[in-house]
Amino acid sequence: MSESKNAVSRYTTGARINHWITAVSLILLALSGMALFHPSLYFLTNLFGGGQATRAVHPWIGVVLFVSFLGLFFRFFTLNLWNRDDTVWMKNLGAVINDREEGLPELGKYNAGQKLVFWGQSILILLLFCSGLVLWDVYFAAFSSIDQKRLAAVVHALCAIGAILIWIVHVYAAIWVKGTIRAMTRGTVTRGWSWKHHRKWFRQEVGKH
Amino acid sequence: MATLQSLDIRRRSASTEAPPQVRQSPIEVAKLIDVSKCIGCKACQAACLEWNDLKQEIGTFEGSYNNPTDLTPASWTVMRFTEYEHGDDLEWLIRKDGCMHCDDPGCLKACPAPGAIVQYTNGIVDFVQENCIGCGYCVKGCPFNIPRISQVDRKAYKCTLCSDRVSVGQAPACAKSCPTQAIYFGSKDDMIVHAEHRIADLKSRGFKNAGLYNPPGVGGTHVMYVLHHADNPSLYAGLPNDPRISPLVGLWKGVMKPISLAVIAFAGAFGFLHYITKGPNEVSEADERKGDELAGGNKV
Repeated sequence: MSESKNAVSRYTTGARINHWITAVSLILLALSGMALFHPSLYFLTNLFGGGQATRAVHPWIGVVLFVSFLGLFFRFFTLNLWNRDDTVWMKNLGAVINDREEGLPELGKYNAGQKLVFWGQSILILLLFCSGLVLWDVYFAAFSSIDQKRLAAVVHALCAIGAILIWIVHVYAAIWVKGTIRAMTRGTVTRGWSWKHHRKWFRQEVGKH
Repeated sequence: MATLQSLDIRRRSASTEAPPQVRQSPIEVAKLIDVSKCIGCKACQAACLEWNDLKQEIGTFEGSYNNPTDLTPASWTVMRFTEYEHGDDLEWLIRKDGCMHCDDPGCLKACPAPGAIVQYTNGIVDFVQENCIGCGYCVKGCPFNIPRISQVDRKAYKCTLCSDRVSVGQAPACAKSCPTQAIYFGSKDDMIVHAEHRIADLKSRGFKNAGLYNPPGVGGTHVMYVLHHADNPSLYAGLPNDPRISPLVGLWKGVMKPISLAVIAFAGAFGFLHYITKGPNEVSEADERKGDELAGGNKV
């Protein structure tokens, strides 16, 4: 991509497309799922063409999300393995959210918060997919008992709330840390951003050239 | 008798508005099924199909009188035959299965579609198919495994207690058709009094555990059974001994709903407050200079 000379490449075009397919499906799933979760949000079914249509389309969007997220998982899981620096970082979370990161260890491509978002969503989306299949009566009604379906409904709702909370953390972090969103819209970040937030990764990237 | 218009709705699924209360509460109705008088003729099944304009597809013989073998979107009532052996004795227990019209209906509690399930002030629980979205939550809510989702239109069906007949002062079709008067219909109070007579009679004939099935776990039901073995309802093709709405459904449709929304709202509010108190996390010019130094002349 033609960028100013001080741009640092962070996400490939493929990774960005993969991310945004996941993002859009997650938002649509949250809206359609919340519509069927709480009566006061039932009006959201209008976005999907009514209650029947919402019920019918929600699981298919779930399939898109699951496949798309698998793509993200295999792209990024090695970069999200936990290390000792992450433990130090987590212990100083108070300093982080107050924007005082100076004394903390230099970070690779992801900080501990991002890694927790990654693993949290990985586990929750797997659980959502499995419990979602149990609830997908159109195709799978015959494969589980009513008690299993009841359990699946509770697991599905709990995991969905968890995933929405993690999504809020993820989106807020991107808004709060200026210069982050362009990583997913343009694929690059600035050198200053790389220096400040992911210096170890930045050194590795410089080393490659 | 109630007319079963919106004035007569006591509860409505997925709705928070208060129900209308100006009309005097009508009499609660009940159907009483006296299992000890049932001869298993299936007239009730036939009457149900006929009155409700339903057609059950012809099935296959499964080695039992049960036919069809289970409730379906078209068969809202099914006779369940059980051969109960104890000692040298064999009893043929025949139970007419169908919606129990719980006073605290699990289906209505679980339903996410506003107005797809209503409970009338007379106690009848009715599915309003035009509002049904086919999610199957009623199946999970029901402690009796009654609702069935149609493969054709993805809507839920079950016994209406002939709410259309009841609203014009008629007894349900099954009760009307029963040749031995094993099915009674009337006010719930009258049905309980009538059941007491029947139970006394059964006891005098040796069924010392005869009793009324009106399970308190679901607030009582508007379809009740007289059982010869009320001490063990599960003898009758698995009639639940102590039915109640599953605690999982209670959790899912109870505290989880408000708490979840509150937690999500709190997370959003926390983010907003954090931003307006701490301000954005910005990269300074000094950071940019250090970044440039580290990169040197390289394009990264």
